Amino acid sequence: MPKYGVTGPPRICVMLALLLASLGMLASCRTEAITSDETSVGIHRAIQNKGSDTLVNLALAWAEAYQGIQPEVSIAVTGGGSGTGIAALINGTVDIANASRAMKDEEVEEARANGIEPVEHVVAIDALAVIVNPENPVDQLTLPQLADIYTGRITNWKEVGGDDAPIVLLSRETNSGTHVYFLEEVVRLGDSENPDIFAPQTLLMPSSVGITSELRRNPRAIGYDGLGYVTEHEKMLALAVDSQSPYVTPSVETGADGTYPLARFLYMYTAGEPTGEIADYLAWIRGPDGQAIVSKLGFVPLSEE
Amino acid sequence: MSDTSPFPPPHQATPPPERPVQFGWSLFVERIIERLIWVTGISTIVIVALIFYFLVREGLPTFLDITWRQLFGRRWYPIEDIFGLWPLIVGSILVTFGAVVIAVPLGLTTAIYLGEIAPQWQREILKPLIEVLAGIPSIVLGFLGWVALAPVIQNLGAATGLTAFTGSLILAYMALPTIISISEDALYAVPKEYRDGALAIGATQWQSIWRVVLPAARSGLVIAVMLGIGRTIGETMAVMMVTGNAANIPALGPGMFFQPVRTMTATIAAEMGEVAEGSLHYSVLFGIGIVLFLITFGINSLAGRLVGVQTNDRRKGKL
Repeated sequence: MPKYGVTGPPRICVMLALLLASLGMLASCRTEAITSDETSVGIHRAIQNKGSDTLVNLALAWAEAYQGIQPEVSIAVTGGGSGTGIAALINGTVDIANASRAMKDEEVEEARANGIEPVEHVVAIDALAVIVNPENPVDQLTLPQLADIYTGRITNWKEVGGDDAPIVLLSRETNSGTHVYFLEEVVRLGDSENPDIFAPQTLLMPSSVGITSELRRNPRAIGYDGLGYVTEHEKMLALAVDSQSPYVTPSVETGADGTYPLARFLYMYTAGEPTGEIADYLAWIRGPDGQAIVSKLGFVPLSEE
Repeated sequence: MSDTSPFPPPHQATPPPERPVQFGWSLFVERIIERLIWVTGISTIVIVALIFYFLVREGLPTFLDITWRQLFGRRWYPIEDIFGLWPLIVGSILVTFGAVVIAVPLGLTTAIYLGEIAPQWQREILKPLIEVLAGIPSIVLGFLGWVALAPVIQNLGAATGLTAFTGSLILAYMALPTIISISEDALYAVPKEYRDGALAIGATQWQSIWRVVLPAARSGLVIAVMLGIGRTIGETMAVMMVTGNAANIPALGPGMFFQPVRTMTATIAAEMGEVAEGSLHYSVLFGIGIVLFLITFGINSLAGRLVGVQTNDRRKGKL
């Protein structure tokens, strides 16, 4: 047999390939089973609920608890970002869109052009926490300092009382409602005429988990996340509106009484005034049972109206 | 039987198989089969043409509605209608260039070892392992990069572990199986007589590989490298996870690989879900697709020309 006469893959490799292929098929079968299960329920009467990643855990908890009370109503919850949820509402593919920001005027116009009148429902309050690694000695910042950091005017921690180390900026992707809120309230300090945007070296993370896991291993990083998602592995900074104002640590109490500067409403949008099951569901969310879940997950419940 | 190879040895004419005389029904069946093969062959071309048509139709407003000056600006911030593609192009080129610099020497030397030097038993172990590497889904490699590689890069002194270099490393490992298996095929296609001849006139094994086998296989090796680059520049998920996605143009210098970048593919993937159909942002994302298409097309036609020059040389007996 000549040395170069061996052709074709050796048998062991064919077997390995087959093994891998069958593993892959098994895996795909499993996911298919799950999704087809969901859609078969969806044919009956599943409420499609999609949007903000800030709201997704809360929406899931609501859906789960509501299933216990109203077993015949099923609710399918997915994340993806506020922009994604609102786009789906405009395209008519969801019943309820979750958003961590109010709909923009252009979005409302687009929806109307599609024959959909979006109706806004405030469902909870979220305090946005600015977070750093626990090893970082910085404990507090003013909003103007934060704006300077995120626009790239301050690039070293020592300028705000920390170590001599470069600041690594973390943010959510631009389709996130939290990103837009942070842009308006922090980077632009609430001034709509202000043209500042995030510094180009800002790392845009596709998810909240991306921000927190980078923060845990990087003492130079700074990021932001909803209060309900902050764990003991991240340190929340106390914030002040300016250097004369008191520094306030984010919590359910400071979010509810309005002393924490970065508290915002969380919304659900429906196409037209909700009716039937969707109306019942939204009423339940805004009622005492729904709001009890809000505080359980670390968000701020709506005050009694 | 001394030769069990399903392929005839090169440079040896095999007589064409005898064709039985056909009548009626079998002739008809043959016509149908010929037609079917023609249709499948043509459909590939039609599909490519359709893809290009839709890409251009959706992406054309990018190049008509936005001034070229803005299009090649240094900022990318789509929600404020700032559409500078330059940082994305630089990001893609940096990551791809780094991956090629890592993967090509590794891939070619591995292929040379496997094809020319390694004993049979080693080859039987190594080849399936390389094919397993090819079977790892890119998202898994991306996850590995995120969990294991990024902290290492950060400990090397970078401000963050999510850098262009991290993406290059992951992509290099993704391109390696392609480069290795295609260049090994190219080496295998070099006739045994070439090696025998080189050894017979007193060349060492290294001289025979470097002066005879590699030049003879050059066109195949170029294709291997180009396909590797093609795989690299189009990769999305893994890159999105490990490069940090900052639309930033790193300052020129050796440190540029250790800064976060945002590639064209990651931008399309991250932002496609949010855009309203028909908006300017939507067509700019397709515009990025066109730029990406043009770059890969450029690389492929460059490869084609290099290979063409090679085969012409060989035909003229210049080798």
